[in-house]
Amino acid sequence: MSIEIDAIEKSFRGVSALAGIDLQLPAGQLTALLGPSGSGKTTLLRILAGLEAPDQGRIRLAGRDVTDVPVRERRVGFVFQHYALFRHMNVADNVAFGLSVRPRRYRPSAARIRERVAELLEMVQLGHLADRYPAQLSGGQKQRIALARALAVEPDILLLDEPFGALDARVRKELRRWLRNLHDQLHFTSVFVTHDQEEALELSDQVVVMNQGRVEQIDAPQPLYERPASRFVFDFLGRVNVLEGSLHDGVLTQGKASIHLPAGPRPAGPAQLYLRPHELRLDDQPSQRLSAAAGRGHQSDRCRSPRRAAAGWLGE
Amino acid sequence: MATGRARRVGDNTATRRTLIALAALITALFLFMPLVVIIAEAFAAGWSGYIGNILDDYTLDAIGLTLFVALLTVPITLVFGVFMAWLVTRFQFPGRKLLTALIDIPFAVSPIVAGLLYLLLYGRNGWIGEWLGRYDIQLMFAWPGIVMVTIFVTCPFVARELIPVMQQQGSDEEEAGVVLGASGWQLFRRVTFPNIRWALLYGVILTNARAVGEFGAVSVVSGSIRGQTNTLPLQVELLYQDANVVGAFAAASLLAGIALITLVAKSIVEWRQDRP
Repeated sequence: MSIEIDAIEKSFRGVSALAGIDLQLPAGQLTALLGPSGSGKTTLLRILAGLEAPDQGRIRLAGRDVTDVPVRERRVGFVFQHYALFRHMNVADNVAFGLSVRPRRYRPSAARIRERVAELLEMVQLGHLADRYPAQLSGGQKQRIALARALAVEPDILLLDEPFGALDARVRKELRRWLRNLHDQLHFTSVFVTHDQEEALELSDQVVVMNQGRVEQIDAPQPLYERPASRFVFDFLGRVNVLEGSLHDGVLTQGKASIHLPAGPRPAGPAQLYLRPHELRLDDQPSQRLSAAAGRGHQSDRCRSPRRAAAGWLGE
Repeated sequence: MATGRARRVGDNTATRRTLIALAALITALFLFMPLVVIIAEAFAAGWSGYIGNILDDYTLDAIGLTLFVALLTVPITLVFGVFMAWLVTRFQFPGRKLLTALIDIPFAVSPIVAGLLYLLLYGRNGWIGEWLGRYDIQLMFAWPGIVMVTIFVTCPFVARELIPVMQQQGSDEEEAGVVLGASGWQLFRRVTFPNIRWALLYGVILTNARAVGEFGAVSVVSGSIRGQTNTLPLQVELLYQDANVVGAFAAASLLAGIALITLVAKSIVEWRQDRP
């Protein structure tokens, strides 16, 4: 189910959290909202769920305006950062909750609910834990139960708030792959929030990079990584080397070091070159295109030109 | 100094024993002895004397009225406390901090002052009382007045117990519930209530103890009419002033008994609350 976010604004006590967000998220895709803390990504997710009301703007799901539809009628699944499992209910009751609170007319029979819970627990591979309580589960297990609980009500969209934030690195990687597989089987439309660029790039079909309440860039992971549209995105997506110098005729110089940049119109003057460490390679042959004196003394290493000298990252 | 770690207060055996002895002495003098005295005095005229004093018509009336007041007060403060705690911990609104502070007013105000305030407002010549009097409604010097001041004095207990618990638990589970489609009542019954039930029970036990034992505020608005507006604590005082010491202590022993039951119940609930 496609999601349309139209000019959403939100501020808390005069502090702007979202400053006009416009997004079109196609159906069946896994979209990441990526940004540093305070960028407004969680606020946007909560507005999508209806847990927060926007000051301005509309939200549409498959064309239907849901801005004023209360949370409980919005048909969204939400997975909370700290799982928010009902601590006094066992796993099966947790998963059954969404079905068992339905009005009597729409509520499946007790037997049908049991069946459905068993299916869902099978899907998250935790059928054997049905009688356990949340306190007896590991973080990864809790997360999968939270997901099963959210999917039990067959939501139109699935929202996940920092779904792997509280897990250790190994479990996080495993769960990430598992979620991706699950998504490829079921094709639900989902949006997840993360501040981890690796997670966003590996897991999603599309990444929305956010900063200070605005969208910086929207792209598929690969093009996003290769062609960041701003200094912020470049910086945020991975390790970066910044070379300062002055630019004349397509050559950036800093003292004795110089680098030839790919062709393209750029103003002359002081400039900064942003490049990924892996885009450079050490070479023992001197090159016309790039020279850099390394460290102390007279030894001078020569580097080969970057595979992709990052065009468009110069100066302002 | 050969010892590797720093010495702390209490490492010295003599210090430790002195402190423990002091604590035991104070407990004995100020807590245990009075309890023993109450029971000893109550039974000064033997079992039959004790039973006779308890079964005195006026004392029985006082017991009845006290239970009646507690029975009305506890549910009202329970509902009030839950609403208050819910409001303060689940919503952000201007004046929230002020409201949180206001909940404590009955703790801060002397019960006598509370009683006088109610007398001033609802008494025959009071601001509201005069208007009510025209419709022949009398609140003060009657059981409604006693219930009103008891509610005033006890209303913070449940809210005070719930607020920290609900703050600490946060609203994550409730948000999860509402996203899954639960209505307000379903949310309370199936998500919020199971998480706060022990704190709630704890608050109810404290409320009940105070409602049964309240003297100051009740004494101002009751008028102490024997057999009509006399609660058990007031009855103890009346009997004592009548120089019926044994009768006073017999009645007092009932209050002490309630206190002991309260303590036991409180400990059990505390123990339950600490378990995950």
